Parts: sequence; structure tokens; C-alpha cells
Amino acid sequence: MNANLELIKQEIITGSEELNSSKEVYEFKKKFLDGKTGKIGMLMKEMKNIAPEERAAYGKGVNELKEWALEFLGGLDEKMKAKELQARYEAEKIDISLPAVTVAEGNLHPITLVRNQIIDIFAGMGFEIFEGTEIETDYYNFTALNTPEDHPARDMQDTFYLSPEFLLRTQTSAGQIHVMEKQQPPIKILSPGKVFRSDDDATHSPMFTQMEGLVVDKNITLCDLQGMLDEFVKKIYGEGTKTRLRPSYFPFTEPSVEVDCSCFECGGKGCKLCKGTGWIEILGAGIVNNKVLENCGIDSNVYSGLAFGIGIERTAMLKYGINNIKLLFESDVKVLGQLNDK
Amino acid sequence: MIAPLSWLKDYVDIDITPQELEEKLFSCGFEVEELYEVGKDINKVVVGYVLECEPIPDTHLHVCKVDCGEHGIFQICCGADNVCAGGKFPAALVGATVYATAKDHKTVEGVMTIGKGKLRGYESHGMLCSGVELGVSEDMYPGAGYNGLLVLPEDAPVGADVKPILGLDDWIFDIAITANRPDCQSIVGIAREIAAVLEKEFKAPDLSYTESDVTIENFKVTVDCPELCPRYSAHYVTDVKIEESPAWMKRRLALVGIGAISNVVDITNYILKELGQPMHAFDYTTLEGDAINVRRAKDGEKIVTLDETELTLTTENMLICDGVKPVALAGVMGGLNSEIKETTNTVLFESAKFARDNIRRTSRSVGKSSDSSARYAKGVDEYATVMAMKRALHLIEELNCGKVSKMHVDVNAGNSVEPKELSVSIAKVNAVLGITVPNEDIVRIMTNLSFQPKLEGDTLTLQIPAYREDMETYQDVAEEVIRMYGYEHIVPTFLASAQVTMGGENTQQKTEMRLKKALCNVGAHECIHYSFFSPSDLDLLKLPADAPERHAIRIMNPISEELSLMRTTLAASMINAVVRNQKKGNLEGRLFEVAKKFIPKDLPLTEYPDERQTLCVALFGAQESFFTMKGVAEKVAEVLHVKFTYANTQNTFLHPFQTASISCEGVEIGYFGKLAYDIADECDLRIPVYLMEIDLESLSQYYGKKAMFTPLPKFAEEQRDLAIVVDKAITCGEIEDTMKEACKYITSIKLFDIYEGAQIGEDKKSMAFTVLFTPKEEAFTAESVDGFVKKILKQMNKKFGAELRS
Repeated sequence: MNANLELIKQEIITGSEELNSSKEVYEFKKKFLDGKTGKIGMLMKEMKNIAPEERAAYGKGVNELKEWALEFLGGLDEKMKAKELQARYEAEKIDISLPAVTVAEGNLHPITLVRNQIIDIFAGMGFEIFEGTEIETDYYNFTALNTPEDHPARDMQDTFYLSPEFLLRTQTSAGQIHVMEKQQPPIKILSPGKVFRSDDDATHSPMFTQMEGLVVDKNITLCDLQGMLDEFVKKIYGEGTKTRLRPSYFPFTEPSVEVDCSCFECGGKGCKLCKGTGWIEILGAGIVNNKVLENCGIDSNVYSGLAFGIGIERTAMLKYGINNIKLLFESDVKVLGQLNDK
Repeated sequence: MIAPLSWLKDYVDIDITPQELEEKLFSCGFEVEELYEVGKDINKVVVGYVLECEPIPDTHLHVCKVDCGEHGIFQICCGADNVCAGGKFPAALVGATVYATAKDHKTVEGVMTIGKGKLRGYESHGMLCSGVELGVSEDMYPGAGYNGLLVLPEDAPVGADVKPILGLDDWIFDIAITANRPDCQSIVGIAREIAAVLEKEFKAPDLSYTESDVTIENFKVTVDCPELCPRYSAHYVTDVKIEESPAWMKRRLALVGIGAISNVVDITNYILKELGQPMHAFDYTTLEGDAINVRRAKDGEKIVTLDETELTLTTENMLICDGVKPVALAGVMGGLNSEIKETTNTVLFESAKFARDNIRRTSRSVGKSSDSSARYAKGVDEYATVMAMKRALHLIEELNCGKVSKMHVDVNAGNSVEPKELSVSIAKVNAVLGITVPNEDIVRIMTNLSFQPKLEGDTLTLQIPAYREDMETYQDVAEEVIRMYGYEHIVPTFLASAQVTMGGENTQQKTEMRLKKALCNVGAHECIHYSFFSPSDLDLLKLPADAPERHAIRIMNPISEELSLMRTTLAASMINAVVRNQKKGNLEGRLFEVAKKFIPKDLPLTEYPDERQTLCVALFGAQESFFTMKGVAEKVAEVLHVKFTYANTQNTFLHPFQTASISCEGVEIGYFGKLAYDIADECDLRIPVYLMEIDLESLSQYYGKKAMFTPLPKFAEEQRDLAIVVDKAITCGEIEDTMKEACKYITSIKLFDIYEGAQIGEDKKSMAFTVLFTPKEEAFTAESVDGFVKKILKQMNKKFGAELRS
């Protein structure tokens, strides 16, 4: 009997040397260990034909063989699987320097990107976003903004007229008048939008984008204006950025200022970008002229306001290093595809 | 505004460097756009004394020995005809920079550095210079215009730098003047401002003169249009001798870019620059009727201006007339009939204030501008009007070119040139600034600005000179204070006392941004095009004459015809963008634009037009198809939480069989399709292009619609694949609709295969769908789903003769 078991064991050992895959190991294992058809399984079935006094020894022998076979073939299976896994990995070896497969994704226009950044900053300060119409009347674009018909400031902006009364707005402040007419202070609005001036050369586009801010409340001062713009330049150009105010003139603000920020390229030491001055002109601003408030039915004895206007194209060009304003309106996918800055 | 430093120094002591002055001006609101030395390109040119001068045989050249004082004695060859021993000429030393001239010796061709040279075997260590080579014109220095060497005065110190002698060491300030300060459009105005900022005395120009007893009885001035001419003054000058102006006057005019003509004309130009007041001089003998009449022109009335052009006028233009005829187009240009000639011996000077907008409009409408009209358009003040006349008469005497009569007529609409009183509260001034400026500083600043301040308690009383028409309120005073006190004193605060407001974008703005981002996610780049386009763009789209798109708003004064109409469709700009991309070799891409279409209610506009927010998408490239664009449309619907339906349609610029209209809730809101081949050919487009336009304005009513949760089905869903054979003409949409009609449990139908081939017959196609059935109240059994399928097939057979593919 024992000789028979030993024979099976030898058969397993010899047979296993021929095995080359985990699948063959599985089949081989079945040949011996399957409960119904396996050679060892069959031995268990033989039990009933064994003399009762030999049964215990017989059973023990078979069980030992079974356990041995399970362990032996299990180990072989594990080895085989490890080998196969390695082979599979090796078969899938790649050249990692081949070009990347990208998922095509489009970009927002740089003007929209800058618009969104500025809106984020001022929305956090409590500004509502108001977009007026591109076509405006002479009254809202000029007269209500303290630029009556004979005013020389009208020469500052070459205007496209659509009729004697209607024109393409030259500034988004036009829309703010509509807001002030309808709403009493406190007012904090930010008006982004397209504006138009009859100017078309290397550095000017007849259509460009402005973002005007307006605050009307009690006790608004120049100090508030600078404080607010300080926050703005820090957030958009970096923490170390500072502002400088210098006198200027706009009909709808008094005093009026040009606002420069310290050059974010050289930190104010002087470089090509700031033309050696250390400062970059970024926006115009001022304290709202009382005449504008009164034109809108707001009592200038009680309220005062501040206003500022930012050129989006200029900001986008400074921020992204775009050297030509015309590139912004040419829709070249090679240009637009570069500015993934969501 | 161009201001030479030497001229400014007549009216204020300037003891700081030009660069320091630039800083000072910048800090008080006057940006110096350009600052340069007149002789910035000229270096190392000294007074040379020619000791010996020998002709070089067979040439026009001379070889000279030139004494350059401390620099040494040099041998210099010279080709000028006026070189001679004993003369003093500008000598450019080796290493000097001067202007290079063309063969004509007149045209400047850049800057050159002088090196050692050899001419006809003779060494030359430097160069003797002409006026042109030093950038000095005849007007800047007498004799400099000669086509040969510039002759220096006999007393010029040998070896000294020639720049101070020729005035090349002067500095030019080109200053930007803001529109609220027309009074600074003059040398005197800038000098007043410099005096204030440097806290120096302003030295007023000399206005003295002596009148003779001569007069003209009955001479009178009438102004018929005081609204356009609030002040007109005239003064008669006799014994006029028309000659060249003295060198100093010619030089100053040259520095500010005006060519000298003759003494009387030069005086008017000089005053225009010095005081900012345009003046005019009439030859009195050409005036008839001993009268000046200022009136509006009649419609169609003509005048020939002194540049010999005939202008046709309207009642919007203003004329200066004598007793009989027009003699000048007011504020713009004199008439040819009354101009100053060599023979002129009596002159009538005009100094007037004309309404700035009238002069601006006249100048534009007749297409004629002059220094005078440009100045009037910015606004002149009566203070300068009065001062200018006196100054002109003073200069007549100073130049000794005429006698000032006592005939002076002044028509005044009632304005005073005396200072106006303005009282403001110091507290309010400080409230604008947000800081407290010490009272003594405010008083000091106001004094420097000649406002003669008086402070009593909180009340500051100022005397505002007539030239400061911009000073009206405490806000104006606040600006004057801070620009002189210094903006660096402002202490940033953050809306210390403002009330809290809710910020952010509204639903429409947020939705549009979501839409834009979704379009980016399907690979489209956002683009921005001009709001205006060309009439030829409408032709490109082959729109018929009566198409609504042709009813576009026209710009009255466009930059060009290409940019003359407000867009009524975004498609044309988009096609042009694709064409530009193809030209640059970009043969595939996806673009979108969200912008306004402008739909007028009437033309010309009398009310605000409809500005309709619109989406336009272009897909171009070989891999694009009608269905990739349909996918973009579905994306739009998904983002807005709406459903689109599509129908065959046609439009003039798209493929007749690959165009769909888009509808939402039964309302047509847009279209998409393939660009028509004839248009593609016209644009030389070799790649397929698909266009879509959607009127977002119609969809805005659905903005803010929330995505809603639908509970998952309680019972298992069942899925069946059905392959159906139908006639080729039957559309997928029809089949889907019929299926849905036949069974209410269908929640999704997905086409996954279309087969056409001999096996199923010539005119047939097989379409394979995956149909999803979702149970409602109770679970399906296998039989119930089989029943649905049977019902569907029966219905399809009835409607289309469809068969299940075997």
C-alpha cells in the first residue's frame, strides 16, 4: 500500500518537472486532487474496500500524501504565477519617452481669465457685477459723467456714433449711471465690458475691455481708494506689490489720479518692462465728482464715492507677457491654446 | 505742450536740473512725456580757429591747421567753400558725434562719430561743421542755414564747447496737459505752475506800451453771436514795417516747431505759444467799411482761407467779417483777402475768445485745423485774451515795427477777468482726502497757487484767478491741496466706514461662465471678435437683400468700411477666424464666442436696440462631423438643464442636407451645420467647417434651473438589443419617437450600429439599438419585457414596414 502512495508521490514529483504554466499546474493538480476523478481522491474512495483494522493507517497515509501534494503543488503554483506576472509586465515594456497622449481641452480667453480674477477679488470685497449695454446714449456716456457737449475731455476719446443720440460706449462708467439712478447707497459695483474708441494702430484696438469699479457710501476718501487698490494689486500681481497715486484728470472724478504699481518684474529696481522707472501705470481712479452723484439723484452732502477703471487687455498682456494687443482678437488656436490658466 | 527751458526761465527762476524739474512737474500732475537736450546728439564740438588754409591741388578741398585751444592744433581737411584762415568755425574733434548728411548736405541721415581720416593723401584729425551737421537751422542761429560752414562770432573763445554759443545746451520739455488745465497750454501757464511748486516768484511778462493819438472815427465791432464769441477785442497799429523777426524770436519759434514768416505774423504765433491765446492780424487796408462783424455763416456761404482753399460753410460755422465781406473763419484760419503781405503798413490785431466746441466742430466739419483751432478747441480764458493783446502791442514796440494807435475796441458778453471768490470748508476738503492736512500747509499751497487764501475758522476763502476756470468746488480745492502736498501723505485704509454689501455675479453671469467652461471641456477655445463687421461679411453669407441680418446698425464714423456695421450674426466673424487659422497652418480646432448681436428696433436709432447675448461655435478639421457639432449642442443643453430638439432646415451659408435647426420647448433658438461648399471655396477653405449659433437670450429664462435628483428605480431595469431593417429614407429620430410612443417604460434608446448591404436589400438599412426599459410601480417579468418588444415591433412594422433583422 505504502509503495502505491510512494509511487503516486514520485509520479507528482516527476510530472511536475514538465509543467510550464500555472494553467498546467492547475490541470495537473486536478489530475491528482480532484475529489471525484483525482488519483488521490480515488484512494479516499477506496477506503470502504479496506479492512477495518487497516483503515486508520490507510487513511492517515492518504491524508499525508494529500497534504503533501497540496503544499507541493501550491508552492509550484505560486512560483509559476510570479514568473508569469513578471513575463506579462516585461511583455508590456514601453518607451516612456514617446509623446504624451493628451485630452484636448479648450481655454477661456485671456481677457475672460483676467476678468474672472478681478471679479473674484472684488466680489470678495462685496462688489456686485453689473454689465451694461454696449450701445449707449450720449447722455449716459458723457453728459451724466460731467462731460457736457463742449467739454474738451470729449477729445480724449474718439467716439463711434450710431446716430446723433446713440453711440458705442467709450467707457463702462456709462452703465454705472443707470445703477446709481435706480439704487441708493450703499453701492459697490464692478462693471466689466467691451468699450469702443476710434483708434486702430499697433498699440490700440478699436474695441477693448474695461472693468470699472464704483463705491458710493458715507465718508469715502482717497485713503479708502488707495487701501482698496493696494489689496487689489497684491492679489493680482503678488504680495509685495505697492501702489503710487499721482494727479491726473477725468471729468467724472475730482480729485483724479493715475495709479501705478511697483514693477512686479524687477520689484521696483527698474527694468525693461517698467522702462527703468520701477513703476507700471495700471489704472485711473478718483473720488466721484459730486456733479455725477447729483446727476443721479444722490445727495453729495451725505454720500461720497470712489471710482476706478482697469484696462483688461493691458492687465492680461502684463500678466501673461503677451506682446501685441492684436493677438487677442485674431483667434489663432496656437495662441489661445497656450493660456491654460483656469 | 512743448516748452523750452530757456523760455520758461524768463518767467520763473529755475535753479534745479532739468531732471529734477521733470520730477517736480510729474508730482503735481504734469507728466513730462519727453525731456531732451536740444543738442543731445552733438558732443565734443568746439570753437576752432583756422590758422592756415591751403587749397589741395585739383580738388575743391582745403587743408587747414585749426587751433582748438586746450584740445590742441589739428590738421583738418575741409570741402566747404567758405573756409578761410582767420575764421572761427565749429570743429568736431576726433571722437565727436554730429549728424551725417546725404550728398545734398541738407538731409540728415543719422548720427556719426568723427574718426581720423585721409583725404587725397592728407590726414584729417576732425571735421569743420555746417549748421545742418549740428542740427542748427537758420531760424535757430543766423547764418546756420548756409550750405557751407557755420560761421561763429569773432569773440567766441577758441576751444570752448559750441553748444552754449549755438543754444544747443537748452532743454525741451514735452509736457502732457490734462483737459482741465487749458491755462497750462502755454509757456506762461507752465511757468506759473513751476513757480507754485518751487515756491518761487512768478515774473509776469512785460505788457507795457505807449499809445499814439491816431484813431479811426466810427470804427466799430459788432458781435451777432455772443454765445459763440463771448469776447472780441481789436486794436489798430499804424506805421507797420514788415520785416524779418529778430534772431531771438525766430529761435524761440523754431524751438517749439514754428517757422518764422514775418515780424507781425511771428508776433501772433509767439503769443499763441507764450500765453496760449490765438491771435490774428488783418491787413487793415484790405478791410472795408471800418467795421468788424462776428456772425454765423449763412448756409452755403464760401470763404477762401489764406492757404488758398475755398470752403463752403453752414450756420454752425462762425465768420469774422469787415463791413462788407468775410475776412476770416473764426478761430480756424484767416481769409486770403486780408492776410499780411510785405506791403502791409497798417494792421488790426484780433484777440478773442470763441466757444471751444464751435471751433472744434468747425475745424472737423471743414477738414481744416491750425495751431489756433487746436488751441481754441481746448478752451481759452478771457484773462489770456486781454493779456495777449497788450503783449502783442508791447512786442510791436519792442521789435520797433509799428506804432500803437489808441483805437481799441473790446466787446464783452459781460464776463469779468477779475478773480472769483470761492469759500470752502477745510473739514470737507480733508474729508475728501481722508487725512488732515495742517492748516498752515493748506494756506501755503493756496498762496503759492495765487489763490490769496483767507482762513477764518473752518472757512477758507480763495480768490480764483480768471484763468483757473476749473476751480469750482471743495473737491477741486482738495485736488489742488493734495497734488502740491504730495500723494505720499495718503494713508491707505480699507473702507473704514462703509456698510457691508453682498458681492458676486448674478445667475446669468454665473450660468454663462459655466457654459464657457463646459465648452472648454469639449476642447473649444474661447475667442473674442469685434462687435462690428463689414457689409461684405453679409455678402459672404449670401444673405438675400431682405434678410433680417442686413437690417444692421451702421456706425456714422467708422474707421473703415470693414468695421462699419454692428454685428447681426456672429457667424461671419467666426468663418473669418477659421480662414485666418487655416492660413497659419492650423488645420483643426474648435472655437467659440459668446457676444452680443445688435438688433435695431428702428433705423436710425431712436431707442436702445436689442442686444442679444449669442453663442457661436466653429469646429474645423478632418475629424469633425455634423455629429461632433451635434454633441456640442447637446453639451449646451446639458449645462443649461434643458432639452434641444432638431429638425432639418436650410440656410444660405450651410450645406442644404447637413443643417439642423435647434429648438427648445418648441421655440427655435439656433442652428448648426456644415459650411456650404461655394462659401468654403470663396474663402479658399480646404478643411470642413461646422458652425453653430444659439440665441442665449431666449434660453436665459431657463438659467438657474437646478439639476434635480430622480430616485433610482426600485426594481431592476431591463435592456434589449434590437436590430431593425427599414427603408433608407426613415430617420433615426422617427424610429426613436415611434419606439417611445409604443412603450412608456423606455427611458433610453442608443443607436450602436448601422448596416447597409446587399444582404438586406438595395434600399434598406439595418439599425441596431440598445433599448432600456425602466420599471415603475412593479418589477418586470421576462414575459412583460418580451411583450413590450413585440408591441414596439408591431408598431414599427405598421408605420415603416420595419422588420426585425434575422
